[in-house]
Amino acid sequence: MNVAAPFEGIGASVRRKEDFRFLQGRGAYTDDFNRQGQLHAWILRSPHAHARIKGVDTAAAAKMPGVVAVYTGADMARDNLGGLPCGWQIHNKDGSPMAEPPHPVLAHEKVRHVGDPVAVAIAATREQARDAAEAIAVDYEVLQAAATMADAQKPGAPAIHDGVAGNLCYDWHIGDKAVVDAAFAGAAKVVSLDLVNNRLIPNAMEPRAALGEFDRTTGEYTLHTTSQNPHVIRLLMGANVLHIPESKLRVVAPDVGGGFGSKIYHYAEEAIVTWSAGKLGRPVKWTADRSESFMSDAHGRDHVSKAELALDANGKILGLRVHTQANMGAYLSTFAPCVPTYLYATLLAGVYTTPVIYCEVKAVFTNTVPVDAYRGAGRPEATFLLERLMDVAAQETGIDRVDLRRRNFIPTDAFPYQTPVALQYDSGNYHATLDQALVASDWAGFEARRAESEKRGKLRGIGISTYLEACGIAPSAVVGSLGARAGLYEVGTIRVHPTGSVTVLTGAHSHGQGHETTFAQLVADKLGVPIAQVDVVHGDTAKVPFGMGTYGSRSLAVGGSAMMKAMDKIIAKGKRIAAHLMEASVDDIEFERGTFRVAGTDKTKALVDISVAAYVPHNYPIEELEPGLDETAFYDPKNFTYPGGCHIAEVEIDPDTGKVSMVNFTAVDDVGRVINPMIVEGQVQGGIAQGIGQALLETCVYDANGQLLSGSMMDYTMPRADDLAPVSVATHTTLCTHNPLGVKGCGEVGAIGSPPAVINAVVDALRDYGVRSLDMPATPSKIWRIINGGRRMAAE
Amino acid sequence: MPQVTLTVNGQAHTAEVEGRTLLVELLREKLRLTGTHVGCDTSQCGACVVHINGESVKSCTTLAVMADGANVTTIEGLAAADGTLHAMQEAFREYHALQCGFCTPGMVMSAIDLVNKHPDGITEQQIREGLEGNLCRCTGYHNIVKAIAAAADVMHGKRTEIARAAE
Amino acid sequence: MYDFAYHKPASVADAVKLLADPDTKAISGGHTLLPALKHRLNRPSALVDLSGIAEMKGIRRQGNAIVVGALTRHVEVATNAEVAAAIPALAYMAGHIGDVQVRNRGTIGGSVSNNDPAADYPAAVLGLGATVHTSKRKIAADDFFLGMFTTALEADEILVAVEFPIVDKAGYAKMKNPASRYVMAGVFVSKAGGAVRVAVNGAGPCVFRQADMEKALAANWSADALAGISQSPDGLNADIHGSAEYRAHLVGVMAKRALAAAG
Repeated sequence: MNVAAPFEGIGASVRRKEDFRFLQGRGAYTDDFNRQGQLHAWILRSPHAHARIKGVDTAAAAKMPGVVAVYTGADMARDNLGGLPCGWQIHNKDGSPMAEPPHPVLAHEKVRHVGDPVAVAIAATREQARDAAEAIAVDYEVLQAAATMADAQKPGAPAIHDGVAGNLCYDWHIGDKAVVDAAFAGAAKVVSLDLVNNRLIPNAMEPRAALGEFDRTTGEYTLHTTSQNPHVIRLLMGANVLHIPESKLRVVAPDVGGGFGSKIYHYAEEAIVTWSAGKLGRPVKWTADRSESFMSDAHGRDHVSKAELALDANGKILGLRVHTQANMGAYLSTFAPCVPTYLYATLLAGVYTTPVIYCEVKAVFTNTVPVDAYRGAGRPEATFLLERLMDVAAQETGIDRVDLRRRNFIPTDAFPYQTPVALQYDSGNYHATLDQALVASDWAGFEARRAESEKRGKLRGIGISTYLEACGIAPSAVVGSLGARAGLYEVGTIRVHPTGSVTVLTGAHSHGQGHETTFAQLVADKLGVPIAQVDVVHGDTAKVPFGMGTYGSRSLAVGGSAMMKAMDKIIAKGKRIAAHLMEASVDDIEFERGTFRVAGTDKTKALVDISVAAYVPHNYPIEELEPGLDETAFYDPKNFTYPGGCHIAEVEIDPDTGKVSMVNFTAVDDVGRVINPMIVEGQVQGGIAQGIGQALLETCVYDANGQLLSGSMMDYTMPRADDLAPVSVATHTTLCTHNPLGVKGCGEVGAIGSPPAVINAVVDALRDYGVRSLDMPATPSKIWRIINGGRRMAAE
Repeated sequence: MPQVTLTVNGQAHTAEVEGRTLLVELLREKLRLTGTHVGCDTSQCGACVVHINGESVKSCTTLAVMADGANVTTIEGLAAADGTLHAMQEAFREYHALQCGFCTPGMVMSAIDLVNKHPDGITEQQIREGLEGNLCRCTGYHNIVKAIAAAADVMHGKRTEIARAAE
Repeated sequence: MYDFAYHKPASVADAVKLLADPDTKAISGGHTLLPALKHRLNRPSALVDLSGIAEMKGIRRQGNAIVVGALTRHVEVATNAEVAAAIPALAYMAGHIGDVQVRNRGTIGGSVSNNDPAADYPAAVLGLGATVHTSKRKIAADDFFLGMFTTALEADEILVAVEFPIVDKAGYAKMKNPASRYVMAGVFVSKAGGAVRVAVNGAGPCVFRQADMEKALAANWSADALAGISQSPDGLNADIHGSAEYRAHLVGVMAKRALAAAG
């Protein structure tokens, strides 16, 4: 019986290849690796937010049981190690470069945030290393801390870094202020809103870990690390910190348990274990406790903004003016400076035809953990600002909030659309995603549901967000002109083996996104190889030529496009081999899903015939064509990609406790072509969970002295299953016009579109209480305060 | 040093441990069963959940010595000898209930105990509340909830195989 | 964790002898102690594992009371048919402590002895007017909980069982801390003849009785009786999740819900 193989190509919800190992405990995460003679490192961290290190006494610690070494910042300085580098340079309004103070691997002379690494103890066991770290005596002179941006900018604020006046990293702007001011002067209505975008702690479930090794025979270093981009870690750590050539440094990011941005950056611990392994000639492993993750993983968001919108009498937007302060934390993390500028201010047009925009951004150092990109990075902040502002504008103009958005949408026939803030959108249909979401959420039936809730004593609200983001990071020339110190192309290798199985090498890295399946589907679709015979290799600098890693929803749009180019090369070469084997002209060879055919004939060769001929060339035109069927291609995107869509949240509030419950969430997203609908839906659902987390649950709190109050999961509210409701996710596709797959990216849309939808719903539920501004997260006590205050006002 | 004798996935083991050695450390470091993970230090995330005598337990909050004489099952011990996945594993795959895979072993072990504790059937709300001790940062839980409901039907004998997920 | 010696006595008498050393600590389920030890907040020289002591196990009905052995796990109380029939609010409370894994390991003895202000059990013990049986005496609930993490237990004394009187009506309701899921404010109410008890946990530094509510409910066992009573925020807990005023407000809300649950 001839059973047709199930379709595994583009558009099929293929079940994931990687799941077999994860479901049976066979994943290989960094902490799962153990080496002969391995030592364990424990990092001693600063308990103070700001202090001068007057002395570090390691003598007692060095004598503790099992201890092999204790190192401090002074030891690193003696070895001339470099500091942790920053990958972007932003320029001030006056053209001068941003302040870029040193970021020592181990704090030297000063500590600048609670958790700043001060010393490392290395011992036979982890507990012995921890015992020793506790025995290190550090003499601190505690200094006044600046825990908030406001404190850091006050006159007389403590100087966190020498030579950084006012703790200001940069004062940057985009747009023509005079033109925008003029638009405001002529406006019929100006709406303004103060907003805080709450600081978040990423909390990927796998704590960061690093295992350094040194081979005395070859002089090679190997680092296993929980990273989203091993090649970039090799580049930054090798060139900037440890001064090890790439040829002697291998970085492996094996299975990684979630990243969400927090594992993009080059962290101190990676350099510490690699350097220590070299000094000691033994493998050194470090694995974070969750408590350490809270004070050492880069945090996200943390903006304070004032936004103003100018409208004409018909509700048409005339201009937008934004002032934002962005917290950098104590040091510049790898991507930090670009997040509140080129990933934020350039997004302020959103899906609207706003003709003029001015945004100024002050980036401020504080005595807190460094802040960098976290799922969405800049775009959630822009979206929250815009979509809250639109709701307030609707309220204050009396125009229906859906109608106000429609009046300002970029028309469907206006693409390519040039915004006033640098970006040119290639495609989209915002009316279509809105219409679909309104139907799916039964927007029209809401008032009946609200009335039903009211009967049960509950306050029900519905909120909308129509959003857009820019991802597929990134067109190298564009980001280079914006301050990136490297291009952001991607590389893909397709290796067809003699018997027809395929290895895909990619510089993108999968830490939950399902690349091993999605990329295999591209090969199945294009080359006709069953996905069972396609293996995707990523995360190892010794195997993959180069790569820029995974972040900014780039893996498919950029990495997948590189693979498509490499497959084009495979097919081109395969046609030449097929022409030789079938004694035909290469121009007459057609290829479709695994079969080469002489056009108009029944003469065919399967891909396996070609690959075996390519590697075992007894009948092969070796003089004209090199053997092998292994092609590498680089893809540098021509533009960002622009996913967008509409999110609608429905909440119910218990007025007695202030608790907000999610009752419904509808997302209709345009992520371009969908390769695996099941995986896309999962990505969007996960992003929405993080967005709901930001809106209702999560926030990072420091006290005035810079102590982290939300320093564990006992106080930082992670979304749990019962905090969330079923999510309805659908797509509406317009294709990306400039990459070969037509894909846009789906990893971040959920976290970008959802927070304002949720907060708009909460504000709507509280419509009788006169709420205008509401900072995230909408916790029970905060909502109770509003309700309680409202009642008091009513009573008075 | 105290000695611990226990059965793990059907195999008897005896190991010398410190008093302070956690069960998860014994499993991961001495027995090299690295499928069980550690995701927090406040007993909240559930990445470390294993079964002791058939019930779900956080192995990061159990001393190895306290498991002396116990019958422990980890994620590595769930599939049948012939490689057939447990219904819960199968359902997680079918419903795309995992992404990075780090919380997955604990999530699966908790889910099995949860279903076992509701022999007469389990509602969506009971599943959501029953997962209070397991955190997932990737999926938003929606597909996990669906997978557990589908596995429950098989574990309760209402179906012979996992219902296919809607396309 | 700092290292420690480990003992597993088989009798209460042996356990008490081992615990006479002030540097030792008792452990049963370990769900309070081990997280503290992992953060190195505590440095006991030895742990005394009580889980092998047969005389501290089991649930039995004794006259007009349910006696729960100290080693009884929360899941056992939650699913015990006798408890469910006699004091359903106790079963409900035990079934809502922490998460499934906490309930599979955590014990009544550990929870009550520890007297965490955000724990559930102290509310049931005080709210039902239970009697705590120790290795040397019986202590009324009203005399047992002395303050935050402090009880009437002496250093060489361990909790052996808790005797819960079977009451006419009882109910429990709580608001959980959104992050830790411990109790932010909870209320356990009971009625036995004319005697009404209202115990509040989570909100203050130690479980306490709400005298105004007790008086009002004794006169009129209905939500109306609670209408005019407000809990004072003075001395209540405050943190990033809620002010003392919020907790005080929640006490009123949870009292109404506990009353409704009691019927």
